[in-house]
Amino acid sequence: MTYIDPHIHMVSRTTDDYQRMAQAGCVAITEPAFWAGFDRSSPQGFYDYFRQLTESEPQRAAQYGISHYTWLAINPKEAEDPGFAREAMSLIPEFLDKPNVLGIGEIGLNKNSRNELEIFEAHLDLAADRGQLILVHTPHLEDKLKGTRLIIDAIRNNSALDRNRILIDHVEEHTARLVLDGGFWAGMTLYPETKCTPQRAADIVETYGTERLWINSAGDWGPSDPLAVPKARLEMRRRGHRPETITRITFDNPRSFLGQCPKFVLDGC
Amino acid sequence: MTAPESTCPAPRSKVVELYFLEHRAKLIDIASFLDRVDRAHADGPETDFRIEAFHRALAILSDGRAERARRILEALSDHSTEPIDSAAGLKGAFGASPE
Repeated sequence: MTYIDPHIHMVSRTTDDYQRMAQAGCVAITEPAFWAGFDRSSPQGFYDYFRQLTESEPQRAAQYGISHYTWLAINPKEAEDPGFAREAMSLIPEFLDKPNVLGIGEIGLNKNSRNELEIFEAHLDLAADRGQLILVHTPHLEDKLKGTRLIIDAIRNNSALDRNRILIDHVEEHTARLVLDGGFWAGMTLYPETKCTPQRAADIVETYGTERLWINSAGDWGPSDPLAVPKARLEMRRRGHRPETITRITFDNPRSFLGQCPKFVLDGC
Repeated sequence: MTAPESTCPAPRSKVVELYFLEHRAKLIDIASFLDRVDRAHADGPETDFRIEAFHRALAILSDGRAERARRILEALSDHSTEPIDSAAGLKGAFGASPE
């Protein structure tokens, strides 16, 4: 069975991970722009990063038959200086027409500050102006509930946005309903330590259903697992979920959301 | 909102069979962690907001009501509504919110 990992930061992973993901059935990934673990010292650092996401990484993925797509943004962790953030954002339009760019992401909030919110809203405007899909990062731990509410309010304040073209990621038991009832797509991120486990993801599916919901690994440079999605599939099989349910969460739903961008094509699937 | 009934396809006996030992171990991890905190020498305020929040969350575990995971996550959340003035110097989270 094939699957899509719609949120993983492969620039931080080894080529061995591509091989293992392909062996586990991964046919496509999407890679949002994110924080590198340290603050970049100049907008030029983002230019090089956007080139890596649009030129180098697709070639590395293709060696293992995996289609590589990406999202561009300045992550909220580097958005506290609005001047710097807007300079980095000014580089994005040049890359939006690249063949593997699906939209704007991952944008959102980290510590729920006024400057983060200003830059989030600027990204929303850019996405609306350019007709882009949007992938939203929600804060972690104690900041998630408040951040998710602020994010939803900001989106509601922008009448140019279509909620069906926005995925709000990293939902957990206390935010899934907010996101789904708001008409958005929702992503569950599986992490070995601080986020959802495969067991909890299966619990959330059982509680909230399979509509507009997907699973991703968000694998990056921290403790994370690029095989989290196939592990969640196994978890659902152990409990007796039907193959169609598992496929819907890990393949059909990401394909439906991402397919709203005509550049997202899966050959032979 | 109450949790939907019988949405897990596995029968209860199988759920217990599949997960009991794993969560028995996690339960003892929690007990051991609290014992460790008690044994450690004091080097600051007598109470830590994270440990206080942890104890409030433990009470939810045994209150017999549904949706324990959602309610514990809410108990550990920041419930303020306004953006903070600045995130300068802040990147990570604490896991619980100071009251």
